[in-house]
This record gives sequence, structure tokens and C-alpha cells, in this order.
Amino acid sequence: MKLQEHHARRLLAAQGLPIPPSRLAITADEVAEAAVSLMAEGAERVVIKAQVLVGGRGKAGGVRLAASAEEARAAGAAILGMSIKGITVRRVLVAPAARIVRELYLSAVIDRAARRILVMASAEGGVEIEEVARSRPDAILRAHAHPHLGLFDFQARRLALDLDLPNEQQRPFALIAKGLVATMLTDDCDLVEVNPLGLVEVPTADGARLELQCLDAKMTIDDSALARHPDLEALRDLDEEDPTDRAAREEGISYVRLDGTIGCIVNGAGLAMTTMDLIKRAGGEPANFLDIGGGARADRVEAALRLILADPGVEAVLVNIFGGITRGDEVAHGLIAARGAQARDVPMVVRIVGTNSDEAHRLLSDARFITAESLDEAAERAVAAARQPFGRAAALAGMRPRAPEASA
Amino acid sequence: MSILVGPETRLLVQGITGREGDFHTRQTLEFGTRVVAGVTPGKGGTRAVDGRVPVFDTVARAVAETGANTSAVYVPALFAPDAIAEAVAAGIPLVVCITEGIPTLEMLKIVPFVEQAGARLIGANCPGLTAPASRAKVGIIPGSIHRPGQVGVVSRSGTLTYEVVQALTDAGIGQSTCVGIGGDPITGTSFVDVLALFRDDPETEAVVLIGEIGGSAEEDAAAFAARELPDKPMVALIAGRTAPEGRRMGHAGAIISGGSGTAQAKVAAFEAAGVLVAETPSQIPELLATRGIRGR
Repeated sequence: MKLQEHHARRLLAAQGLPIPPSRLAITADEVAEAAVSLMAEGAERVVIKAQVLVGGRGKAGGVRLAASAEEARAAGAAILGMSIKGITVRRVLVAPAARIVRELYLSAVIDRAARRILVMASAEGGVEIEEVARSRPDAILRAHAHPHLGLFDFQARRLALDLDLPNEQQRPFALIAKGLVATMLTDDCDLVEVNPLGLVEVPTADGARLELQCLDAKMTIDDSALARHPDLEALRDLDEEDPTDRAAREEGISYVRLDGTIGCIVNGAGLAMTTMDLIKRAGGEPANFLDIGGGARADRVEAALRLILADPGVEAVLVNIFGGITRGDEVAHGLIAARGAQARDVPMVVRIVGTNSDEAHRLLSDARFITAESLDEAAERAVAAARQPFGRAAALAGMRPRAPEASA
Repeated sequence: MSILVGPETRLLVQGITGREGDFHTRQTLEFGTRVVAGVTPGKGGTRAVDGRVPVFDTVARAVAETGANTSAVYVPALFAPDAIAEAVAAGIPLVVCITEGIPTLEMLKIVPFVEQAGARLIGANCPGLTAPASRAKVGIIPGSIHRPGQVGVVSRSGTLTYEVVQALTDAGIGQSTCVGIGGDPITGTSFVDVLALFRDDPETEAVVLIGEIGGSAEEDAAAFAARELPDKPMVALIAGRTAPEGRRMGHAGAIISGGSGTAQAKVAAFEAAGVLVAETPSQIPELLATRGIRGR
């Protein structure tokens, strides 16, 4: 689960990281008030940032500078309500605009191959790290943190030296790097990223001094760990979650919507991906990835079908269940009931293997489903069905037209 | 011979009195595996699955009284790391964790603990493993899909493994051992670990590897196969050729980002390593046949 920047900032600040003060605003007037109060605290200008989880908000005009309350109000009015990649901006963060001397990159991620926590740092901050990784992989410095002990001082010092930070910034940098790992361990993150980590000039009575500040914050919480962090679960942004994704999550279904015409219901993620691959191979396009999980119960099958048919692009449905834990006849009953409860009907191809599959196929044939023995056959039939106007596909498959009582 | 499990397997089930533990222990017994003990704290002294298996409060007790040497873990996610640690501390050399949804950081902590004890963890979030010839089944792979034989199967997936094993069995191609290593980002045992065991197993004449998008485990396996298994024919299947970038496909591990971990990169790595790549499960027996591995 991705966190909004303002939540991530608060969690990083709780670990003692240097985060400049900021305000959250939901109206242009609030943006102006926030600018006034930050300027009263010494800010020369403020930055107003759209709070959305999608990337590219800067390019979309969702980040603006303002040097007065009026400019801030105008910037707030422009950003609030704007749409960034289909997401309406409902909140903005207002923070002092730093006088940035250098922009660095710092993050902690899970290194799957090494089975460790990986801290990455780069002198090339402020740009997309993926781009740096592609074009100049040597520009990314790495250190592995211990899952109990975190990042050692010596590792952080080495990173600071390799980043060519001035002597007096090495200790602050080490604290930030260690704090990033501590945040990851405390909040069960998959990713904690500060980009840019700014070396900024802070005005003082007799001139200015340099300071490291986290100028942005990105955090992703491990979905498997949310059960033990109800406080973090509460930060989920329901406004920004697609309603279909939300319905799927609440039903315990893994669902990813795609652009094709053949809806898929499969038990198991690997088999679901292979089913999509076979649809494509047979000349069709999958409309979604959907894994109903193990021991799929009838109610979950019904929820899955509801999700899929809510997508108007779906012209046929392919159900592929390899029974092991999952009972085929139970899935069949679920499908029959689920289909009857839908407002819309499309051809449905079903392939069930394993426990009680003969019984399942008998039940389904009686209820005008198209059945298939193998996965290859199921994919081909689904692709053929999606190309036919409904009714004709059923006729070709030797099915009876829908009886009026079947929809009752 | 087989790898990891075999005629010597004496299975302990942690969480045997839970719904999943009870159900799968019955399937395991039906397959013919020796299930010698169950562990559920607070239920020591009772018997599980209709009185067929004695239950102990601790793994140490179960090991002392029954000589259990392999454990299957079915306990809920938040307690599973503790169950793994308990099995390892009691001297069990092979722990197979079926449980899904263990936080990644818990896995990061428990994996080195298992390694330092000299034990092996398979999973978590895996279907387990089966050696058909010796009727040794640990986990949830349906027993009925197997046939004893000479092909080793290793997979990151669950039901896709069943699909492939069924395709092999239908083609008359038996399996030496089928191992599901699990779909999480952090697992106790990798493809390379299992390939090394297959390399050293004279009964395994060929290997089928089932991979997925995300991470670099397949690329590592391809490099290892080229170097270490030149004499064993190998076929790979990669799930997720049509998956879009940046979206998580069910398995936490199955996410491709920034162009790395794509199916295309994995297919290329296998082809460069001389490994045949199947586009569908049903092609796997045909590809094995081109390397002289045929059904009986």
C-alpha cells in the first residue's frame, strides 16, 4: 500500500529525520493561510504539492512555487481539483521552498536476490532513479542493512564519503540513512524513498549554513504486514483507490484490470497469468488478471464474476480452476448462482480440473455454460466466444438459449 | 532416489488441528506419507485426524518421541515465523512453510536464522514438495496428479505447478521430485538451490522449471543451468508474458518494474543458456521429447 507524501513525512519525522515543517490544505484559502504562517516562520517562498499517489505530478503541473499569500492562493486554486492521470487532486501540501545546493537520492528497499534490506544512495537526486539505474548504474551506491541491527554507522559513513558530502554533513547523513532503515523496520515498508534529499542553505543571523533535509518522501507498506499495523491501514486513501480495485481487495480477490475482452477467473496467481498468456496466444486479449485464491468459496466466485462483468469491455468469461484445495462442484454452484444474479450475461467457458470435476462439468453444461477439458481448449473457446455475438456462440457450442427461469 | 524427501521422511505437521492442517494431513496420509506427529500448543496428549496422529505441545517433544525429521507448517501468518524457528531449534533439518501472507521483514529475519542452524526452509507461501516414487508428500500438491519417474520439477507457483505436473503425467512422463519454492519476494530456498540438488540426484534425468515475471531468480537459474547442468535437459515455462508493467499480479513477487524482471528477459536468459522454453504447459512434454525424455 502506497502512502501519501504527507503521511510518509510524518512517519519519517517520527524516526527523527529532518523534515521541514509543512501544512496540509484542502481549499485555496487554506493554502494562502499556510503560506502566510510558513513565511512568518522565515520561509522566503513556499512550494505547493498535489497529494496524489500517481507519479509525474510535477510534469502535470501539480507542484508550484509561490512567493506571497496571493500567489499561493492562485497556485492552490490551480492544483486543487485538477486531474493527474485520472486522479482528482483533493489535498495539497504546503512547505517552505528550500534553497537547494545539491540534490541527493536515498532509499531503502527489499533486495530479493540477496535477501537483505538494500540502502541505495546517489549523488544524482531529484530525477527518476530508474533512469539513473539505466543510464549510469555506477552512480548508484549500495549497502546492505541487517534485518535486526539495521544499518551500521560505518556503512552510512562510507556512503557519505562516496557521495562527497562535506565533513560536517557526514554525521547528519548517517543519521538519515539509519533512520530510513529504522522506518522500514518499524513500519514494515517495502520501500522508503527520499528524493530529493536536499543539501539546503538555511539563512542564519550571520549569513547561512548548510543542512540536509528530506524534501520529499515516498513509502510503500508491505500489504502482508498491514494486519499488524491498523494505524497504517487507516491511512489508506480510499478516494484514490479505483472502486473496482477496492471491491476486489475487500473480497480478498487479486484483480488487475486490463484492456481486453475476455474476463478471467482463475485460482492461483501463476495459473492466472498463464491463462492470460494462452488467451493472447489464441488470438484474444485478456480483460483482467484475477486470482480467487485457494479454497475459493461460492461467495468469492460470485464477487469475482460481478467484478468482471462490471467492465463493459468484457465479451466472454473464461473460468479456469485447477482443484486441489478447491472443490469443483462448489465452484460450479457458485458460478451458476453468480451468473443468474448478474444484470448482464456473456458467454462463459469453464474448465475445472480435480476434485469433483465431472460433477462440476455436468452441472455447468445443464446451465448453458461452455465447458472445456484442457486449458488450451478453454482459451480457444473463450476467444471464439468473444468474437461471436452472444446467442450465436451458445448455439455453436450446442447450448440451449437462456430459459426465462434461469435468470430468476 | 529423490531430493529433500523420500522413504526416510517422517513428517510432523505444525498446526495440525487447524482447518488447513487437518484437511491436508488427511490428503497426505491418503497419499501414503508417514505422518508421525502433529504440534498444536495447548493440545498435547490428544490425537488429530480421527485419532491417527499424536499431537504434542512442542516440536522438541514431538521430535524426541517420534523421530520426526521434516515439518510442514500450516499455522497462521503472524505465528508462522515462530513455528519455523521452533522446528529449526528442535533440530528438524527440513521445514516446509505453506502459510501465505507472512510479512516480508519477518522472512528477512527468519531465513538467516534457519541458515545459521544448518537447516533448510522451503517457502513460505508454497505448495510444498512431493517425491512420487516413495509416496512422500509434504504440503498441498494434490497427490493424484503425480506419476513416479525421472523428471524433476521446480516452481515458484502453486496451481500452475499442478497444471504442469498433470500435463507431464498425462503424457506418461513421471516425476522424481516436484518442489514448489513459493511466490513471495523472500523465500528460504531458491531455484538455484533446488537445481543444485537435481544436479546431484542420479534419478533426475531432466528438469522442468516454472518461473514467473518479477525479480531475477529465473535469470540466476538460467546461468546456473548453463554452468552446472549441461547433461540434464531442461524446459522452462514463464508465466506473465502478457502482464503489464508496474502492477502486482497476485503474488507479491510477480511485479515487473522499470523493465527488469520481464518475461522477455527471462525467456532470453533461458534460451541463451540452452534451456528450451515452452509457451504453454501442454508444450512441455513435447519439448522434453525432443531431448529424448519420453512418456512410458
